[in-house]
Amino acid sequence: MSPPRLDQTFVRGSIETPVGTVPKASTIFSLSDRLGACKVRWGIGRLSYTVDPGLYAIGGARPESPVFVTANYKMTFDLLRRALAGVDGWILVLDTQGINVWCAAGKGTFGTDELVERIESSRLPNVVTHRRLIVPQLGAPGVSAHEVRQRTGFQVIYGPIRADDLTAFLKGGLKATGEMRVKEFPFAERLALVPIEIVAAVKWTLFVAAVLYLVAFFISGFSPSKATDLTLPAVLALGVSILAGGALTPILLPWLPGRAFSTKGFCMGLLLALCVLLFNGFGIPSHAAIMVGGLAQLVSIPAIAAFLAMNFTGCSTFTSLSGVQKEMRLALPLAIGGMGLGLVLWIAAAAMGG
Amino acid sequence: MRPLLYLGNVVTLSFDTSKCTGCRMCLAVCPRAVFRPLNGKIEVVSRDACIECGACRRNCPSGALSVRAGVGCASGMINKMLGRKKACCVVDDDKPPSCQ
Ligand code: SF4
Ligand code: SF4
Repeated sequence: MSPPRLDQTFVRGSIETPVGTVPKASTIFSLSDRLGACKVRWGIGRLSYTVDPGLYAIGGARPESPVFVTANYKMTFDLLRRALAGVDGWILVLDTQGINVWCAAGKGTFGTDELVERIESSRLPNVVTHRRLIVPQLGAPGVSAHEVRQRTGFQVIYGPIRADDLTAFLKGGLKATGEMRVKEFPFAERLALVPIEIVAAVKWTLFVAAVLYLVAFFISGFSPSKATDLTLPAVLALGVSILAGGALTPILLPWLPGRAFSTKGFCMGLLLALCVLLFNGFGIPSHAAIMVGGLAQLVSIPAIAAFLAMNFTGCSTFTSLSGVQKEMRLALPLAIGGMGLGLVLWIAAAAMGG
Repeated sequence: MRPLLYLGNVVTLSFDTSKCTGCRMCLAVCPRAVFRPLNGKIEVVSRDACIECGACRRNCPSGALSVRAGVGCASGMINKMLGRKKACCVVDDDKPPSCQ
C-alpha cells in the first residue's frame, strides 16, 4: 500500500522516520478548506471529499508522541488537525471511503480489521515507541478495543466525541469527562444539516412539479396558462411541506410535540397548511373547486412534511433502528396515503375547473 | 436543555450482570450515557436513550452486553426497500466548520 501523497493541499512539508518520509499536515484551516466544507454542506461533489489513508505527522512528531486515529473524510480529518494545533503527534487515517467516523463505524469500514491493517501497512510499530492509539469514541461501534490489542499489541483509548475537547483530554492525562462522552444534537448541528435536506427535496419537487404540470396541461384542454394556474397551488404545497418537514422540524425538533419524527413533522405541516389556507381566504369558500383544492393542500402538506421529517431520523443522533422500524410501520402508509389523497383531490379540483 | 429521547421501550439492549467484570469499557464508549457504575459492575440507567449503535457490545470483553446494532435511518430503509443502495448518513462527527 502506498503512503499518503505529499502534494495534498493541507500537507506542509514532511518528517523523516525509520519507515520513510511521512507527510506533515498543517493545523491551519485555510480558505480553500472552508470553501470545500461549504460545498460539501450544499451537496456539491461530496463523494470525492477524501484524504489519502495512512500516517501523517502533526507539529514536531516524535517516536513517543500520541497517535490519533481518524477517517479519510476530509471534513473529519480537517476538524482533527485543526483541533491539534500546538500538539506534536501522529494521525493515522483509515480508509472509510470518504465517510465520517460515526457513519463508517456503523457500516464497519471504520473498524477493527481496517485499523489492524492500517497499523501494519503504515508500519506504525516502527515509528512510535509506545503502544497506544487514541480512537474517537464515535468509532467504537466499529472497533473492538480488546481485539485490536490482541492482534496488534496496541491499546485503544477512546478519546472525546468532539475534537474541540481533545486538548482538555490530553491535558487531563487521556481521561474524558462524562460530558465529553455524550453525543448531543444541538441547534447548530441541526441547522447545518438543513441545506442538504432541502437540496435533495427541491430536486424531487422540480421533478414532481413537471409531472403535475403535464397532467394539468391535459386536464385543462392543452392550455399552458390554465395549466400554470393549476400547478402553482401544488408547487406552493410542496414548497411549504419542505419548509415544514425539511427545515422547521429539524430546527425546532426538541420543542415539537411527540417523540416520533413523523408526528413532529405532521404537526409542523398542519400548522403551516392552516396558515396557507387562512392566507388564501379558505374561511370564506366561494367556489367548490377552490374548496377541494384547499382540501388537497390541507391533506398533502402535513403528509409530505411528516414523510420528510421521518427522513431526517438518519441525520439525527438519537434514533435507534428498532425505533425507526416501529415509526415507519405506522407512519409510512399514512404519509403515502395522505400524499395520494392530496393528489386525487388536486386532480378533482383541476377537473372541476379550479 | 433536556436530552432528546426517541420512542420509548423499543430498543433491543440487554445486560447480563453475571458476566460483567466491571471493566468500565461500556461507560467509555456509550455516547448516550445509558450505563452507570454500580457495586463494582454497571447498571442500565436510561434504556430509552440507547440508539443501538452497538459500541458497548463490541467493546465488552466478557460478552455481558447484547444489542441488535443498526442505524436508525428511515431514508436508508426506504432505499433498501426500493432496492437502491444509497448512503443515508450525513451527520458529522463534530460540529461542522462554518461556511464563510
Ligand atoms: S448500543 Fe450504543 S447507545 Fe446503546 S447502550 Fe450500547 S453504546 Fe450505548
Ligand atoms: S464492558 Fe462489559 S464487562 Fe465491562 S463493565 Fe461494561 S458490561 Fe461489564
